Amino acid sequence: MIPAPFRYHRATSLEDALDALAEPDAKALAGGMSLLPLLKLRIGRPELVVDLGRLDLAGIERANGSLEIGALTTWDALSRAEELRGGGLDAIADCAAGIGDLQVRNRGTIGGGLAHADPAADLPAVAVALGLELVVRSANGERTIPACDFFQGPFATALSDGELVTAVRVSTPPTGSGSAYVKVEHPASGFALAGAAALVTPAGDVRIGITGVGGAPALVHGEDELVELEVYGDRFAGEEYRRHLARVVVRRALERARSRAERSSG
Amino acid sequence: MPDRERVGLVVNGEPRLVEVEPRTLLVHALRDGLGLTGTHVGCDTSQCGACTVLVDGKAVKSCTLLALQAEGSEVTTIEGIADEAGLHPVQQAFVEHHGLQCGFCTPGMILTALDLLSRDPDPDERTIRHALRGNLCRCTGYQPIVESVRAAAEALR
Repeated sequence: MIPAPFRYHRATSLEDALDALAEPDAKALAGGMSLLPLLKLRIGRPELVVDLGRLDLAGIERANGSLEIGALTTWDALSRAEELRGGGLDAIADCAAGIGDLQVRNRGTIGGGLAHADPAADLPAVAVALGLELVVRSANGERTIPACDFFQGPFATALSDGELVTAVRVSTPPTGSGSAYVKVEHPASGFALAGAAALVTPAGDVRIGITGVGGAPALVHGEDELVELEVYGDRFAGEEYRRHLARVVVRRALERARSRAERSSG
Repeated sequence: MPDRERVGLVVNGEPRLVEVEPRTLLVHALRDGLGLTGTHVGCDTSQCGACTVLVDGKAVKSCTLLALQAEGSEVTTIEGIADEAGLHPVQQAFVEHHGLQCGFCTPGMILTALDLLSRDPDPDERTIRHALRGNLCRCTGYQPIVESVRAAAEALR
């Protein structure tokens, strides 16, 4: 399978990328783990592909009270990042370590994955549970979008035409917090049939993000809210079974988050 | 006819130029452009890992990467790992431990194993199985493949 013809532009700077993406029917290429399969199936047929791969947008930096993760940071780098272990941020590393396979984690990026907004992707659950913010640039400047407002439906986000995700901002949870991500995955694709990220704080706050069960990630604040969760069924997992899986992964994620919180405050 | 351009790659240690279209995938540049047919196309949908090569030392599926994305990179294919002294220790371990049946998935298995062993010189069985998750063996010969990787790790230490 070979993609339909397109023109290729290798971006030399963020400004250059934004200029190129101003063209109608241009598509941004980061790691390509979501985009290239779509181009090969000819579900996507852009006129122009703008390769972001050489931009200096990878890495994790500490700012006051938060971490800034560059949009081109790979899943592999995230799964091994010391900055994400302990301190209530383990859910991000858990999630990154379980995405796809080694080859996919070597190429796939956090910014590309979030912008793709697959309804069964793992990170959206973590993004809403930990309250991540997406830093977005366009020709008009920069804005930040909270994860809860970012995901609008299957493959639909709050990004406007010409906007690029450049970083993901993570506020450091209060000392003594714990988080975890747990999924039950489709055995062939590895995508989540149901996945849950939980964050618990010493003050007793609970935030749970759920993916794989609807068009966009859901945020709940306790197991009791799961009765109201909207769940869809498909040929891989019917509605009743998927709802059951959601309860199971939520319970497991909460248990793991609580035990991590105890260890970090212990 | 779409525009064709030349892309420079360092393949198995040698600088090479290959003519591609923007849409040409790395696997086709290697196989059709450079004649390196040891890199196999299995599923063509990023699932099976038969097309795995190393790009700057990291295992990637060459069916899911544009040749242009790899411009200037060091690419290692199965043809590039043996030397005059003989097979690479990972290849040798696959021979000795019967790590292949039909052999179609073997180049991808070996290159993924090389990435794993570059970061973990002593992986346990669970780690090896997790690392090889993106490589499918349709002969289902996983047990001897895992044993081959363990033996290779020992040989390389």
